[in-house]
Amino acid sequence: MTLLYSEVEEELRAAVRGLLADRCPPAAVLKRIESGPGHRTLDDSVTPMGDLDLWKTLAGEIGVAGLLVPEELGGAGASASEVAVVLEELGRAVAPVPFFTSSVLATQALLPTRDALLGELAEGQKTAALAVSFAASPYRPLRGAPVRVEDGRLSGTVTGVAGADVADVVLVPVDGELYATEGAAVEVVPSLDLTRPVATVTFDRTEARRVGACDLAGVLRSGAALLASEQLGVAEWCLDTTLAYVKDRHQFARPVGSFQAIKHRLADLWLDVVRARAAARNAVADPSPVSVAVAQSWNAAVAVHAAEEALQLHGGIGMTWEHPVHLYLKRAKAAEIALGTPGDHREALASLAGVPGPE
Amino acid sequence: MNEAEIKERVAAFLGTHDPGGDRLEFLRARFDAGLAWVWFPEGLGGLGVARELQQVVERELAGTPQINTGVQGIGLGMAAPTILAFGTEEQKRRFLRPLWTGEEIWCQLFSEPGAGSDLATLATRAVRDGDEWVVDGQKVWTSGAHHSRWGILVTRTDPEVPKHRGMTYFVCDMHAPGVEVRPLRQITGEAEFNEVFLTGVRLPDELRLGEVGDGWRVAQTTLMNERVAIGGAPVRRGGGMAGPVLDAWHAYPELRSHDLHQRLLALWVEAEVTRLSGARLREQLVAGHPGPEGSGMKLSFAKLNQALSGFEVEFRRDLGYDDWTFRRSEDVDFYGRGAGYRYLRAKGNSIEGGTSEILRNIIAERVLGLPSEPRVDKDVPWKDLPR
Repeated sequence: MTLLYSEVEEELRAAVRGLLADRCPPAAVLKRIESGPGHRTLDDSVTPMGDLDLWKTLAGEIGVAGLLVPEELGGAGASASEVAVVLEELGRAVAPVPFFTSSVLATQALLPTRDALLGELAEGQKTAALAVSFAASPYRPLRGAPVRVEDGRLSGTVTGVAGADVADVVLVPVDGELYATEGAAVEVVPSLDLTRPVATVTFDRTEARRVGACDLAGVLRSGAALLASEQLGVAEWCLDTTLAYVKDRHQFARPVGSFQAIKHRLADLWLDVVRARAAARNAVADPSPVSVAVAQSWNAAVAVHAAEEALQLHGGIGMTWEHPVHLYLKRAKAAEIALGTPGDHREALASLAGVPGPE
Repeated sequence: MNEAEIKERVAAFLGTHDPGGDRLEFLRARFDAGLAWVWFPEGLGGLGVARELQQVVERELAGTPQINTGVQGIGLGMAAPTILAFGTEEQKRRFLRPLWTGEEIWCQLFSEPGAGSDLATLATRAVRDGDEWVVDGQKVWTSGAHHSRWGILVTRTDPEVPKHRGMTYFVCDMHAPGVEVRPLRQITGEAEFNEVFLTGVRLPDELRLGEVGDGWRVAQTTLMNERVAIGGAPVRRGGGMAGPVLDAWHAYPELRSHDLHQRLLALWVEAEVTRLSGARLREQLVAGHPGPEGSGMKLSFAKLNQALSGFEVEFRRDLGYDDWTFRRSEDVDFYGRGAGYRYLRAKGNSIEGGTSEILRNIIAERVLGLPSEPRVDKDVPWKDLPR
C-alpha cells in the first residue's frame, strides 16, 4: 500500500492536465455557463451544461471513461488510484464532463453485473447516470425509495440527480436490483453547482431493462472515496490561484501576500490541503469504510474552506461573476453535500472507529 | 545493501554479542557494528545505506537493550546530524559514539531571554583568546542541561556585522568552570527546562563546529532536524495525544455528551489525516523525494496536542491536578501523567522548536513562495540593533 503517486499516474495526470489547459480553461467554463442550464432557448429546450466535445476527447483519446472497466469488457482495467488522479485534475478545472457521474458512479453500479453496456460506457459512446439523489449517502442510500417497478416498468420521481442532463442511459436501483432505461424524462433544475447541475428524473410507466443486482450503499461508498480526490483538486486550484493573486496584487505599496495576516492563513490552508492529499490517497489505497469516512469528512470541508478563503483573499474581484472562483465555491459546497455531508461521515465514524456517543 | 543483507548483518552481530550481558557493552558493540543509525557513514555507527533500512534493524533488535530516546532526544535528533554535517573527522569520532550509547547526554544552548523567535539576534559573546574562546552570556529553555555533558551552543563572535553573519557554533563543555545551570520552573510545576549562565567559560578552538562566522548556517541544520524530531514520529491510528483521550472516553461513558461527542469525532478525523500525512511524508523520504510537507508536521502536531488535551480536561470534569511539586523532570513525556499536566505541557508545543507563528512564516515564504515582510534589521550591524 502506498500513499504516493506512481509514474503511470503522473503521466496520466500530465495528459489530462494538458488537454484541460488547452480546451477547458476557467474562462471557457465561465462562457459555457452563460448559455447553460437555467438559460432556456427560444424553443424552450434547455441546453445541457456538459462539454460533450471535450468529453469525447477525454474518453476517446485519453481513454478515461473505461479506466474502471476490466479489459475483457472493453475497458482499461485500471485501478481507483488512476481514476483518483483524473478526478484531481477535473476538480482543478471544474470541468463540465460526466466522468464522475458516468465513469465512476454509474460504472461502479454496473460492474458487478458485467453488462455489455459497460463496453459502450468505456469507449465513451454512451454516458450513463445513476438515478439516485446526489445528496444520498452510503449510510442512507435511498432517500425515500422513490421509484417502484410494475410489470417491468418504472414509475416515480428522483430529484437531485447529477449527470442526468448529458446521460444517454439512466440506471435505476430499486430494491437491490438495477434497471436501465433510455426513456426517462429529465428536467434540469437551477443548481447551486453550475458546472455539475442536478436534474429531476421522472419515470411514468417507463420501459426498463433489469440489469442485475445492485449494492447501492457500496456504490455510493466507492464514489465517496473517489470524490475526495476531486475535492482535493478543487482545493488545490483555490490555493494555487490565491497564492498567485496575493503575490501580484499590491496594496499599501506591497504585495498583499507579504502581510502576515494573509501568509498565516495561506500556510494553514496549505497544511489542510497537504492532509487532504494524504486522506484522498489513503481512501483509494485502502477503501475501507473508515478511510472513506475520514477522507470525506476532511476533504469536503477543506474544499469548501479553500474556496471560501480564495474568495475572501481575492477581495472584490472574487465576488464578481467574471472571476471563476465562484465556480469552485459552488462545486465545493455542492460536493460537500454529495454522497454524505462531513457530519454524516463523522457520525458514521462513531461506530466505525469505536468512538461511541452518550449512552 | 538490501533488507536480507541487513538481516544477515544483525544476525551475525547477535551471534557474537549477547543481548543479555552488559547493557552498555552491547550498545557500544552495536554502534561499532554500524547498526546504531545505518544511514550514517561506516565507522560512525552506520553502514552508509538508505535510512529506511533502520526499520529493519529496529525490528530485528527489538527486545535487546535499547538507548533512551527521551533523555537522549536532543543529542540524537539535533546534535548528531549537525556534527555529522559540520564536524571535523576528529569531532565525529570523539562525540558520536558516546552520544548514541547515552554515555554522554546533550542539551541545546540556543534561545536567550532576548532572542526567542528572532534567534539570530542572540547576544552570548564568544571572544577569541589564543587557542581558546571565552564565552559570556545567558541561555534559556535548556531541557536536560542538568544532566548534560555537552551542549550545542550558538554565540556572537562579530558584533560589527549584520546579525546573521557574526555567529559561531560551538560544542560547549557543560563541566567547564563558569557554566551554571539553574532550574526554571514551568507552568506544569516541574522544571524540565533550565537557565544556563555562562561566565568566562573557556572553550578550546577544537570545540568549534563549522567556520567562524558561519554559525547561522550550522544552526539551521540543527533547527530543521529539531522540527522533524518533534513532529515527525510515526503514530498508530488513535495514538499520540488521542490515546489517553480515547481511553478516558471509553472509561467514563457517563461523562459523555452529544456536544463533546461531535467535537471528539472532529478531532479524531484531524488526528487521523495528520497521521496519514506523516506516513506519506515518510514514504516520500524513503523514496528519496522529501516533500515540503515536513515543515507542516510540527505545526499540526502542536495544534492537535493542545486541542485534544484541552478536550480531555473538559471531558473529565476533574478540578484537581496530579502534582504541583517543584522538581526536576528526568524525562519529557507529552502523553504522560494526568490530563491537567498534559494540557499544560502541550502549551509548550507551539513555542518550543520554533513557534507556530514562525513556522507559518517559514511555510509561507519557503514552501508557498510568498514575499517576506519588509525588514529593518537586515543590513544593520548587530551592535546597532535596538533591543
